[in-house]
Amino acid sequence: MKEVVILSGKGGTGKTSIAGSFAALAHSKVLCDCDVDAADLHLLAMPRNGKTYEFWSGQTACIDQEKCSQCGICQDNCRFEAIAGFVVDSAACEGCGFCSHICPEEAISMTENLAGRWFISETEFGPLVHARLGIAQENSGKLVTMVRNEARRIAQEKDLCYIITDGPPGIGCPVISSLSGADLALIVTEPTLSGIHDLERVMGVCSHFKVPTMVCINKYDINAENTRQIESMSQDMGSTIAAWIPYDNAVTEALVRGIPVVQYSKEGAAKYISSMWLSILDQLTN
Amino acid sequence: MIISIASGKGGTGKTLVATSLALSLSENHRVQLLDCDVEEPNAHIFLKPIFDKRETASIPVPVVDEEKCTHCGECSRVCVYNALAVLKTAVMTFPELCHGCGACAYLCPEKAINEELRGIGVIEIGRSGSVDFVHGVLNVGEAMAPPVIRQVKKHIFSDGISIIDASPGTSCPVIEAVKGSDYCLLVTDPTPFGLNDLALAVEAVRSLQIPCGVIINRSDVNDSQIEAYCDRENIPMLMKIPLDIEIAKLYSRGIPLVLGISEWKDRFIDLFEDICACVKQEAI
Amino acid sequence: MKIVLSATGPGFEAAVDERFGRCPYFLYIDSETLEIEATDNPGEKASGGAGIVAAQAVADKDVKAVLTGHIGPNAHEVLSKAGIKMFTDVTGKVREAVESFKSGNLKESTGPTVAGHFGKGPRV
Repeated sequence: MKEVVILSGKGGTGKTSIAGSFAALAHSKVLCDCDVDAADLHLLAMPRNGKTYEFWSGQTACIDQEKCSQCGICQDNCRFEAIAGFVVDSAACEGCGFCSHICPEEAISMTENLAGRWFISETEFGPLVHARLGIAQENSGKLVTMVRNEARRIAQEKDLCYIITDGPPGIGCPVISSLSGADLALIVTEPTLSGIHDLERVMGVCSHFKVPTMVCINKYDINAENTRQIESMSQDMGSTIAAWIPYDNAVTEALVRGIPVVQYSKEGAAKYISSMWLSILDQLTN
Repeated sequence: MIISIASGKGGTGKTLVATSLALSLSENHRVQLLDCDVEEPNAHIFLKPIFDKRETASIPVPVVDEEKCTHCGECSRVCVYNALAVLKTAVMTFPELCHGCGACAYLCPEKAINEELRGIGVIEIGRSGSVDFVHGVLNVGEAMAPPVIRQVKKHIFSDGISIIDASPGTSCPVIEAVKGSDYCLLVTDPTPFGLNDLALAVEAVRSLQIPCGVIINRSDVNDSQIEAYCDRENIPMLMKIPLDIEIAKLYSRGIPLVLGISEWKDRFIDLFEDICACVKQEAI
Repeated sequence: MKIVLSATGPGFEAAVDERFGRCPYFLYIDSETLEIEATDNPGEKASGGAGIVAAQAVADKDVKAVLTGHIGPNAHEVLSKAGIKMFTDVTGKVREAVESFKSGNLKESTGPTVAGHFGKGPRV
């Protein structure tokens, strides 16, 4: 069993369109959406018969106003400025519990957070594990880990060959959790200065966690000079180019219809995405 | 006034809007741009600021004085992040897990724990023309963006207009960046992904009780679903930036829209006036 | 000698869990008398630092050796500091692993066998 995680650093470069296409192209796989705070893969995979599970994680401080003597010790010591007027701002509270230990009236208790929900669904492409982190919740990394563990369990149970993971943007906590232990990271970038800047940083994270990478240059034809720069940067960082995908309106047209581009067209971008999947299979088996 | 720019979906054009708004307003106002997308900051690519100050973004982590430590284990018990391990004859710290809450140092009965600062990123401060510029850059391999964002936001000035470029999503880094704003601009694209993620972003901004308006970037024939959503939710549609190869090319070269196509400047000034009207209405 | 194994269940017939920090059970076993005590692993559900919590719990029980699949860098640091021997790449049933240990067929590991976040990610 092999897991490919699709990342980008910069958002909006086409991760989910490519993940959705791989979902249609690959045989024997489970799909896994690790962008838990703005999941989109389900919009292409159209899940049905989903089972929902609660995700409890972390704690929030709660002040018992009956017991509170308004001494202010908690407010003075909270490093996250999460207590004002003897009320806890749950969005700012990091759940460290410091206040609950130092309150002389023992008026502060820590309550468990319902931090989100996760789902196992059926799709025409196979099982999909996805999630929704609660608004303003922390610990997205832990939810990502749960989603990946579940995808891995399903793959083992059903004896599936591949896990296709749609990752979150950025380089922080949820990206690190999406990446650790994967067999390959496909980084989707675009030839813009922002794209190049973010590519370099996300490749740094991949090498930090020792995950091999391939780079996909999406809309490579919008700026030839930047495309060349991505090529040489990828080479310098020990990566290879998985595909050069041309700008193609069919990608958006397919998206608007809610289907993967490889099911909408056989030409243009779709053609290159199909051959990219073959290059990835090659890389995974070597 | 603090205006933040956010979006659920990534790559919708937050930085395009933030940089163009800052440049357009800077002729007649005191303006600063704070790039709070510390995982992947991009605004500097467009504004090319000259930095004259650099700070380390850090969090305080425990250092144990082995002479005073009696290995009672209290620090390890109170640390919810598991950043301290106490053995019978030794104590160990794991700074990369520490969130810097300070509980261990405060609660150590022997006063054996001091704190030292551990760098997790840098804050750079400078100017681009007449725009004051601040951004935070999280070190590669570090997981915690919020402390870096908090440190960027310490530089918000009390007079003038502060424009905050947030990261995509709806989780803690976004909340940290947007919190305290007078208004939040949500940038989306007219795709099903854009709509899905816009609705999540609206929920997040509303949880903070900040008024918001929408900008559609790469606007084309598919806008109607976003428009219907905004109508239903009573959210003003403040601007549309068309799907245009010229705009995309400028973006790819790191050229701000208002410098590449100058007539956009007036539209961004109008946008600001619309925002002011919304904020005023909200205050009534 | 008192040893501990990371395990998927609470008895001799359970499998050795390849993850140290995130395994569900620790089985403390006296290798001479085969007296066994099963506990939950406090690291299993930790948000972060699972290896650290797990290693500290094991060290508190005065064990001399750990038998497991893989050990990450943080757990390795704590266990070495506590002077506990580590035997990695251990597979199969707990009963078999204890036998192999007694007959000296396990290899002692000298460094962490996986990068951080190993058990936190999916099982391999």
